[in-house]
Amino acid sequence: MPPRMPIESGVPDPFQYMHPLMARNFGAWNYHERPRPGVLCHTANSGDKIWTVRAGTQRQMDLYTIRKLCDIADEYAEGYVRFTIRSNIEFMVSNEAKVQPLIDKLTAEGFPVGGTGPSVSMIAHTQGWLHCDIPGTDASGVVKALMDELYEEFIKEDMPNRVHITTSCCQINCGGQGDIAINIQHTKPPKINHDLVANVCERPSVVARCPVAAIRPALVNGKPSLEVDEKKCICCGACYPPCPPMQINDPEHSKLAIWVGGNHSNARSKPTFQKLVAAGIPNNPPRWTEAAAIIKKILRVYKEDAKDWERLSDWVARIGWPRFFELTELPFTKFHIDNWRGARRSLNASTHIRF
Amino acid sequence: MSKPMHDTPMLDQLESGPWPSFVTGIKRLAKDEGKPYQDMMVDLLGQLEHSYKTRKGYWKGGTVGVIGYGGGVIPRFSEVAANYPASKEFHTLRIQPPAGMHYDTKILRQLCDVWEKHGSGLIAFHGQSGDIMFQGVSSEKVQAAFDEFNEIGFDLGGAGPAVRTGMSCVGAARCEHSCANEQKIHRILVNNFLDDMHRPALPYKFKFKVSGCPNDCMNSIERADMAVIGTWRDDMKVNQAEVKAFVAKKGRKYVVDNVLTRCPTHALSLNDDDSLAVDNRNCVRCMHCINVMTKALSPGDDKGVTVLMGGKRTLKIGDLMGTVVIPFMKLETQEDYDKIREIAEATIDFFAENALEHERTGEMIERIGLVNFLEGIGLEVDPNMVSEPRQCSYVRMDTWDEEAQKWFTRKAEEKRASAAG
Repeated sequence: MPPRMPIESGVPDPFQYMHPLMARNFGAWNYHERPRPGVLCHTANSGDKIWTVRAGTQRQMDLYTIRKLCDIADEYAEGYVRFTIRSNIEFMVSNEAKVQPLIDKLTAEGFPVGGTGPSVSMIAHTQGWLHCDIPGTDASGVVKALMDELYEEFIKEDMPNRVHITTSCCQINCGGQGDIAINIQHTKPPKINHDLVANVCERPSVVARCPVAAIRPALVNGKPSLEVDEKKCICCGACYPPCPPMQINDPEHSKLAIWVGGNHSNARSKPTFQKLVAAGIPNNPPRWTEAAAIIKKILRVYKEDAKDWERLSDWVARIGWPRFFELTELPFTKFHIDNWRGARRSLNASTHIRF
Repeated sequence: MSKPMHDTPMLDQLESGPWPSFVTGIKRLAKDEGKPYQDMMVDLLGQLEHSYKTRKGYWKGGTVGVIGYGGGVIPRFSEVAANYPASKEFHTLRIQPPAGMHYDTKILRQLCDVWEKHGSGLIAFHGQSGDIMFQGVSSEKVQAAFDEFNEIGFDLGGAGPAVRTGMSCVGAARCEHSCANEQKIHRILVNNFLDDMHRPALPYKFKFKVSGCPNDCMNSIERADMAVIGTWRDDMKVNQAEVKAFVAKKGRKYVVDNVLTRCPTHALSLNDDDSLAVDNRNCVRCMHCINVMTKALSPGDDKGVTVLMGGKRTLKIGDLMGTVVIPFMKLETQEDYDKIREIAEATIDFFAENALEHERTGEMIERIGLVNFLEGIGLEVDPNMVSEPRQCSYVRMDTWDEEAQKWFTRKAEEKRASAAG
């Protein structure tokens, strides 16, 4: 029998799984309100209303957690859910009377209701030690530890504006930009196992991968291998994925760095990249307390000093970086001064357009 | 008889605290008597605890796939399988979710049932590129798991140097800010390139993301090679009665401090009768005032999209934002959708031909210059593509007259077209 060939169906049509009230009012919504943290109420032009209850999840979920969420959706909501980009689950109901019992049930089952408006939402994260092939740290564990600390900020809307936090377990930074980002920052060049390089790595591609041309082919102990000019090396780890014998991860020297002010939205200012504020933080499982302390300090200062609607980047733009370092009591070092390229500043990286 | 649990003193500490614990979830699977994944999850916890202790990862890649496709499965083989043999193979299936990540409980339960039978029981909703990540399956079960997902309407996503899984916001399904049919754009773009997704042969990854308004909840400018963002070009809509109600409720100071002075182009002003004056010619559609006054203000009716290209993260030349390549286009008719699809095709063709190995679209644009890229994909220059014109005089301009004539000819054509339309 010939093998089964795939049905190349691509992205599934969402209408088959969408709450019928949302499908009915597709493209015809009028306004929304937030009756309380974790709840959105959208009103359509037709007058129909839908309430959304948003809850945090651990993202990496076992079958029992997902089935429990399904049971809650069937019993307390209307059988339709969706997920946000930050792995929050949303339950949609067409009847306001269902909102409070749904919140009570979710809370009783250990799913925090929140993540709306000016709150600290769930942390966007990566795979880490659980599943990545090049991780410098864990992802789910870091997030669990931090969200335990930031729980109150998730279930309340007490921040000046929304706070998006991300984590990344290597410098490729799959976690992306955030108001606050906690990323691995390696501090030592790769340790090379010269016995393996020739067999495992396509050497020209590895040479080409280096952002600062610090890698060159070399014969080591009579074997073809690669060597790193350690004075040029920026310890980014870009050579490690295409050449695993160039081990970049180090239990001691792979540190955490904290970046702030990344913002995807075009609201008020154009989108911004995050900027380095702290580094040299130990990668300390299982609760990463040193990193958590700095995050909490930054959040506390932001909460006290920023005005309503200021994202972290807006706030710093108003108060300036010297004041930021003063208020957060973080050291400002020579490493905060960028020496990389920045030639694209003259291109319009936004939708700020006059018609 | 099931495998005994490894000691996991560090992971155990992640079971306390108010946030839902993935460790507790994995332990449930590891204690799930008689299930095919039970031993696998016992050893997975053992390996993870070993990582916590030694602060290192122990997975390596490899080659695992399904018949007919060259990508979409993330292979993971354990480097410490001697100690944790039951999880020696722990691959991920990247499965594309419905656009906008809508599910009913019936389909979620079906997905769970497939993963209970063939996989680890561990599922991530969702990965950073927008896939459902079915994490943990042995090499021999990959095909069977995929076949069952595929039979109920789900397909693998992208991995490696390929078109990747796309993302689109909830958009028109629930959001009044929506200026586009996000799910339609998402499906038209991604589903047009399934060959480039399933058989990775591009220089590097290529990502589509679609946001319905400039709030860009899909992070498309920073994370997509081609970002499609809803916008509008007529006047923003103002419900003056609701404006007055908002001022009455919140007070003039609040409105001045949080709406008027936060407008990036000073296009708002409060009239003496507490109604709002809008200088629409200088509004840059940033969304701030609409975000604050959701009942009173909304996008206009002449909706369309702005397209930006070249966003990506650090490797190799540093972070790049996408930049505007189409300031505005309508997306209403079949021809409109054909046009955006053709632009995507021209872009991916050009990328395939011209990018270096492991170079993203944005890096290619940086290397060859935006003008060469625009010529390559057949788009005309426009002042909305830059924050400011060039500052440096080091440029050869002996075809200035020709280029200026192109501009005047194009403007005359646009004028004729708008008079005719």
